Amino acid sequence: MLRYAAQRILAGIPILLLVSLFIFSLVHLTPGDPALLLAGDNASPAQVDEIRARLNLDQPLWRQFALWFGDAIRLDLGNSIYSGKPVTELIGQRVEPTLVLSTVTLILTVLIAVPLGAVSAWRANTIVDRLAMGFAVIGFSVPVFAIAYVLVYLFAVRWGVFPVQGYKPLDEGMLATLHSVTLPSVSLALVFAALIARVTRASVLDALNENYIRTAHAKGLGAPRILFWHALKSVGVPVVTVIGIGFATLIGGVVVTESVFNIPGIGRLTVDAITRRDYPVIQGSILFFSAMLILINLVVDLSYAAIDPRVRG
Amino acid sequence: MAAPNSPPQTVAAARTRRRPFLESLAHLRRDPTTVVSAAILVLFILIAIFAPLIAGDPTALNPIRRLGPPAPDAWLGTDQLGRDVYARAVYGTRVSLIVGGAVAVLAAIPGVAIGIYASMNRVGGAIVMRLVDALMAIPAVLLAIALAALLKPGLPTLIIAISIPEIPRMVRLVRSVALSVTAQPYVTAAIAAGSSRSRLVFRHILPNTLAPVIVQATYAAASAIIASAILSFLGVGTSPEVPSWGGMMADARGFFRFNPELMFYPGLLLSVLLLVTNILGDRLSDALDPRKVTQKMP
Repeated sequence: MLRYAAQRILAGIPILLLVSLFIFSLVHLTPGDPALLLAGDNASPAQVDEIRARLNLDQPLWRQFALWFGDAIRLDLGNSIYSGKPVTELIGQRVEPTLVLSTVTLILTVLIAVPLGAVSAWRANTIVDRLAMGFAVIGFSVPVFAIAYVLVYLFAVRWGVFPVQGYKPLDEGMLATLHSVTLPSVSLALVFAALIARVTRASVLDALNENYIRTAHAKGLGAPRILFWHALKSVGVPVVTVIGIGFATLIGGVVVTESVFNIPGIGRLTVDAITRRDYPVIQGSILFFSAMLILINLVVDLSYAAIDPRVRG
Repeated sequence: MAAPNSPPQTVAAARTRRRPFLESLAHLRRDPTTVVSAAILVLFILIAIFAPLIAGDPTALNPIRRLGPPAPDAWLGTDQLGRDVYARAVYGTRVSLIVGGAVAVLAAIPGVAIGIYASMNRVGGAIVMRLVDALMAIPAVLLAIALAALLKPGLPTLIIAISIPEIPRMVRLVRSVALSVTAQPYVTAAIAAGSSRSRLVFRHILPNTLAPVIVQATYAAASAIIASAILSFLGVGTSPEVPSWGGMMADARGFFRFNPELMFYPGLLLSVLLLVTNILGDRLSDALDPRKVTQKMP
């Protein structure tokens, strides 16, 4: 197990290097001169050159990359062009809302998707199954911001149960935070749950045909116990996989949701940086999201190995 | 799939062989959900083509009638600049369909070429797959937003920005299908019989990738339609003059409390288009590819 874990962790390093190379070239091969942007309209050519030298923009590209990457692994992602603050500090300030939003979403998703998928499989090809899977197709067809606005209209504008937008940090109390992230998390969870419910249904259907399920029936166990205890045990691997794959989608959703609900998370930080062409922040925050994604997939791989010993090889 | 277990046939025999691919498509004609979804999709396509015939000017400003109620010349009312919401919704169909269709094609062609290359070349394949891993480690929406914002704005940029994150998914799919086909005994037999590389690719591998690629391209179209709406919604899509559903929703944000319908019309159209695209993708996938090897992403 330990050896397998070490192998997987080592495999992540070249990917992270390639990702940083992609992100770096993305920002540096596109038109627009950050030095000009930073200097403002009234700067003299000498001032612009001075800024260029300070940001290493006068160096050859490969050297710029080496310098940037060298700093990045020491967690120095440069300073924001816009505010002048270190990028790591900006990301650090914004981690909490994004993390809370993703965690609450993930919990809601599993709570919605797994029972839905399991019951669908249990009652396969009945009206219950059709309704549940119909919900699933609708769930990932409706864009997250469309769902978000329907929920805002009903629960915030109409009934005033939840705030229209904004985020209350954890310092102000757990309940206040949860109250402020309820609508965004539910919007995201509805989309995400649709995907996972489908996979759960397919896996439980497979599991229900296994011999040990027949044995459980023969022993006289009731349906709920067979379904939620015996059958669901074996669907861990595929469901965990999809949670891993779907995490990329979730990140995309988080970016949009943070914009809709005006939540000061890393998604907002990234979108704001992109519209302001704040290059260091763009690089830093996309690198942060990619590192999270690689990390999640690493955890997913390792949890396979924990759930299913055959994977360790 | 084109008879995966039969030995290579002569050209004459191939002409008369059964066409399971087309047969399974014909099967779909009897499924009511598929027929209704296809009809709705065709309706959207017709609306996009004949937009000038069924709607007025979507860009005409009328400052006196800002946020006006439905009227005979503006069936769904007017937006914050007095533009006809119905006309904008009708014309908005164009951007969604163009982006969806273009991305499906632009993801499929390089995806198939690179995927087949990766399956046939050991060293090149390994390099390609590491690049694919890395590209897939960047969240697709973020990559698209960054590309769209940093390149010159416009429809071509939007399409390229959304296609690039879709290509790696296609490469992975095609490579895995190509590898499994290459492992089939009949391909080994073809190699032993002296089949050339190009014959191997065009006669055996390419036809077998067709079904899963079509299904994956349908899903790519759906995710491209969402992505383009997200990009327009965040203000990095097409220019504000070009009517798009995402752009309409972005405009509606400021007036949401008192004119929520401005948000709901384009949102509803977007959802219906995506719903029928996803349903068609699912049905195609069931009909063409019972093992479902495609990676589904909403």
